[in-house]
Amino acid sequence: MPKITYISHAGEKFQIDVPNGESVMEGAVRNGIDGIVAECGGSCLCATCHVYVDEAFLPLLPAIDEEQDAMLDSTACERMPNSRLSCQIAVRPELDGLIVRMPEYQK
Amino acid sequence: MPDEVVIVGGGQAGYQIAASLRTEGYAEPVFLIGDEPHLPYQRPPLSKAFVVGKQDQTRLLLRPESYYAGHQIELLSGEKVIGIERSTRKVRLKSGRELSYSKLVLALGARNRRLQIPGADLDGVCYLRTLGEAVELKQRLEQAHDVVVIGGGFVGLEVAASARSLGKNVTVIEALPRLMARAVGTSISEFIRSAHAERGTEIIPDAHVAEIRGCGSKAKQLVLGNGRPIDADLIVIGIGIVPHTDLAHEAGLPVENGIAVDEFLRTSDENIFAIGDCAQYPSAFSGSRVRLESVQNAVDQGVSVARTIAGKPAPYAAVPWFWSDQFEIRLQMAGLPHGHDRHVVRGEPQSGKFSVFHFRGAMLCSVDSVNRPADHLAARKLLAAKTVLSPEQAADASLDLRIL
Ligand SMILES: Cc1cc2nc3c(=O)[nH]c(=O)nc-3n(C[C@H](O)[C@H](O)[C@H](O)COP(=O)(O)OP(=O)(O)OC[C@H]3O[C@@H](n4cnc5c(N)ncnc54)[C@H](O)[C@@H]3O)c2cc1C
Ligand code: FES
Repeated sequence: MPKITYISHAGEKFQIDVPNGESVMEGAVRNGIDGIVAECGGSCLCATCHVYVDEAFLPLLPAIDEEQDAMLDSTACERMPNSRLSCQIAVRPELDGLIVRMPEYQK
Repeated sequence: MPDEVVIVGGGQAGYQIAASLRTEGYAEPVFLIGDEPHLPYQRPPLSKAFVVGKQDQTRLLLRPESYYAGHQIELLSGEKVIGIERSTRKVRLKSGRELSYSKLVLALGARNRRLQIPGADLDGVCYLRTLGEAVELKQRLEQAHDVVVIGGGFVGLEVAASARSLGKNVTVIEALPRLMARAVGTSISEFIRSAHAERGTEIIPDAHVAEIRGCGSKAKQLVLGNGRPIDADLIVIGIGIVPHTDLAHEAGLPVENGIAVDEFLRTSDENIFAIGDCAQYPSAFSGSRVRLESVQNAVDQGVSVARTIAGKPAPYAAVPWFWSDQFEIRLQMAGLPHGHDRHVVRGEPQSGKFSVFHFRGAMLCSVDSVNRPADHLAARKLLAAKTVLSPEQAADASLDLRIL
């Protein structure tokens, strides 16, 4: 199973095995990691699953579609070029080792 | 004495306030009591991904079991609160246990309105609110051929879309002249009606069901008010919900259409709050008292009361929003349409992507979008900031709403 590293705003690190096909958001939520709220349950509607993706992995991610782009304009913490909604990143073997940083707050 | 917070109802709102109390730094004991046998879970997928088998039960959970202990949230699942004693600040559980509270939060949700017609208790007549009911519906859907949905509201139409996508013969019966009539305007109703019809679902508006007939104990056919029979081996009833208010009423708290609360979501008892589907509150957006049924409402009210209890009170003022997924169509609503007197359309309904902007006097009051997420997001911001927007600007699809 691909390993994903979640880093909290305070710098705490969590390494989680996330099954292929599940989202990076689900990996956090299903392991009870604070810092990802996911109020809409992964429907690309709430922007409370915002993460900053480690630059090295950006080329492996799917392009930001219109819906995610609009949502990313509504994040509680500032949108950066490496901002993504973690519910829109489906885990696959190539993403093994992915590192995401969580913003200070999501709401 | 510790300042225990007791939360009754382990749904979307109950989970949220428990979680938010901890995010807000509240360090006193928190009890979360829910009468369903499961860990708190999400309802929206029940009528969508879950019934068609695309999202299993564990992926519905809001958080894993370890989360609650890890956050010092005492979760009591499968426990029902049967009484509130306000003078001594205690709640009584069905199991006989009593819990003291300093603050009590009622997040009781709602139950389905029952259809009162002959045959409504036959085998094969289902409702959908809980995970238990969804598991049953999913099993029955696998066997069914002819599915009839009674009620053309969001949940009914989502179930209809799911059943149709599984290849079932689907009929939707709606009492009013158009679909989702309480929530959206005529152009969206019409768009959704034709979307279902194009995919082979028969929509029968302006109709009521007189009777359900069975073969033995099993439902086989239903009969409309005009005498028309329709074959059905699975009937799903989605005719709205009734808020859980008994607990509050028996404790002497004011109840209207929901448990009555003020702008801080507080009942007439300053130590008791009500949030989510069961609460009726004064909305800054409609200028009236409303009771909303949405994830946004449950979540944001949970966050708001958590802040109040943690010592950072602010009136509840979040912009209401809601969504519904039917086939590949995403409907999004922002604001409240109550009392609107004018509307304009942005985009082309024929293209399958458009929004309807509703105005009350000079003020924008709500926006319904079909597959136009950017309009929906812009609308949430415009409504939150009370930005003045003219109907002409709203209708001009070349104008970027984000720059206003
Ligand atoms: C099939 C379906 C699809 C939906 N789809 C969407 C959607 O797409 N988008 C959207 O925004 N909203 C949707 N909703 C609505 C949304 O799920 C609700 O608005 C939300 O769940 C309300 O949360 P709540 O906590 O107020 O109530 P609930 O989630 O109903 O939770 C209340 C809980 O309290 C329990 N309870 C009641 N009385 C007691 C007692 N005395 N003691 C202990 N426990 C008690 C109840 O059993 C229940 O578990 C949908 C709802 C359904 C049913
Ligand atoms: S979980 Fe809501 S947008 Fe990702």
